[in-house]
Amino acid sequence: MSGPAEPRGVTRALETLGAWLLGLLWALPLAYAIWTAFHPSEFSTRFVLTAPLTLENFVKAWQAAPFARYFVNTTLLVATILAAQLVLCTLAAYAFARFAFFGREVAFLLVLVQLMIMPDVLIVENYRTMSRLGILDTIGAIGLPYMASAFGIFLLRQTFKTVPKELDEAARVEGAGALQTLWKVYVPLAKPVYIAYALVSVSYHWNNFLWPLIVTNSVQSRPLTVGLQVFSSGDQGVDWSIITAATLMTSGPLLIAFLLFQRQFVQSFMRAGIR
Amino acid sequence: MKTSGGRLSVHIHGWLLLLPAAVLLVTFTHYPTVATLYDSFFSTARPNRPPLFVGLENYATMAQDPVFWQALRNNIWFAVGTIPASIVLALVMALWVNSKIAGRGLLRLSYFTPTVLPMIAVANIWLFFYTPGYGLLEQITSLFGLPSHNWLGSRDTALACLIVVTVWKEAGFFMIFNLAALQQMSPALGEAAALEGAGRWYFFRRVTFPLLMPTTLFILINAVINSFRLVDHIVVMTKGGPDNTTALLLYYIYDVGFKFWDSTYAAALTMVLLLLLALMAMGQFVFFDRRVHYQ
Repeated sequence: MSGPAEPRGVTRALETLGAWLLGLLWALPLAYAIWTAFHPSEFSTRFVLTAPLTLENFVKAWQAAPFARYFVNTTLLVATILAAQLVLCTLAAYAFARFAFFGREVAFLLVLVQLMIMPDVLIVENYRTMSRLGILDTIGAIGLPYMASAFGIFLLRQTFKTVPKELDEAARVEGAGALQTLWKVYVPLAKPVYIAYALVSVSYHWNNFLWPLIVTNSVQSRPLTVGLQVFSSGDQGVDWSIITAATLMTSGPLLIAFLLFQRQFVQSFMRAGIR
Repeated sequence: MKTSGGRLSVHIHGWLLLLPAAVLLVTFTHYPTVATLYDSFFSTARPNRPPLFVGLENYATMAQDPVFWQALRNNIWFAVGTIPASIVLALVMALWVNSKIAGRGLLRLSYFTPTVLPMIAVANIWLFFYTPGYGLLEQITSLFGLPSHNWLGSRDTALACLIVVTVWKEAGFFMIFNLAALQQMSPALGEAAALEGAGRWYFFRRVTFPLLMPTTLFILINAVINSFRLVDHIVVMTKGGPDNTTALLLYYIYDVGFKFWDSTYAAALTMVLLLLLALMAMGQFVFFDRRVHYQ
């Protein structure tokens, strides 16, 4: 017997139809982009099944702007941010979870402030800071405001708190110091949380746009999202097939990773959301 | 901790571990928040004119600035348009892909995919979709014999177009949280309700929905923050136009700060945004504390 949550009979058929219509609607824009990018531009709005497939739009886009450099920049940016976040958040989360230090509650509240006031809204002052530090237009300037992540600290603190104290004490008895205990006991136990956090962080920073747009202004530091915007708003005339190809190119790696590791992605976003 | 040195070492170790993160947080969250307030009381430095203390002048300018009020109104409409729609859709989607519906894997994929795409890419795709004359939308409306319409270029439809894009991008993301909560629900609840002869709607209203309340609160907070934080699609699709009908608060801050380079007025505008975010944080906790059912 199915529970009361399951629809029956006509309702079931109607709801299946509804779910599929919504699914089609949700897939439509991306399907449309894929169609346009893989066909010659005269077919960009003519949907004939015999239209020839082509990769020429991708070749043209790749040649028209320094996308190779943008890919390198984005990869560096995402990797730097993630590495810094993992180290900083692990240390801070360990402190909050297992050290009853002076001012801990106040410090924790001050950390949580960042969940409400994200770096994304402090663009004006953070730009001034970067300018004073003399690091405008560098990959470091894009990454710095995000490296100490309140979300990461919170997530790891919750996880570290569930580690049995006995394990901690056992490691201490064997003569391990604080950092050794962290590395040998806590970090391995939190592995699924690290994977979840890493996926969320990489997706976020691969896609981030406004702040990188503000602090960068040269090919040397521009990430893909900003590069795409510069390219598609350029004055080479609007050729939608090429712009769409460039658009798919920038989202490509993440999209492919998502399609391959769908389950991990969905579970990571779930895990990161339950706090 | 039983290490030698006793209590003092706990304080030292704790703070040392926290220090690297604390330095960055103070530099890029707390300091800029305070500096925003401070700078909002000064005039913007110009090549031959140093910044001057002007008191509340920036705020007085703001009160007289029609674009500011319009951005604020736009933002409220944007929030009203995106938040309830994405919350309801996220709930319906989650209920569907959590039931034994045919093709549920594909549906889940379709609903969730917009989440992993960059907003800027999404905006480009939708820009093409909305293009007057030959975009997909126009192709469909022309099939029904409707006249051509400049969707993003017209004052009446531009903001609605952006709302649609945002809901499309966000609903699948929020669905995930509902799905996680639904999967944690004990099947015994359904069995018990079935024995009692509870109908589907009754079961949803009295069991499922109350159990989803904490998740809905979480989604609501995120949706509210997003409605004040996400402006990527505006940069690509409308640049705030036509006639500022799609200028949201953060986009206006970006315009003032980085196109007109009036950083102290931008600071005053940022204070409004920060105040709104703080008020919403408090309001949501006060309001929901009484109503949310915690497991």
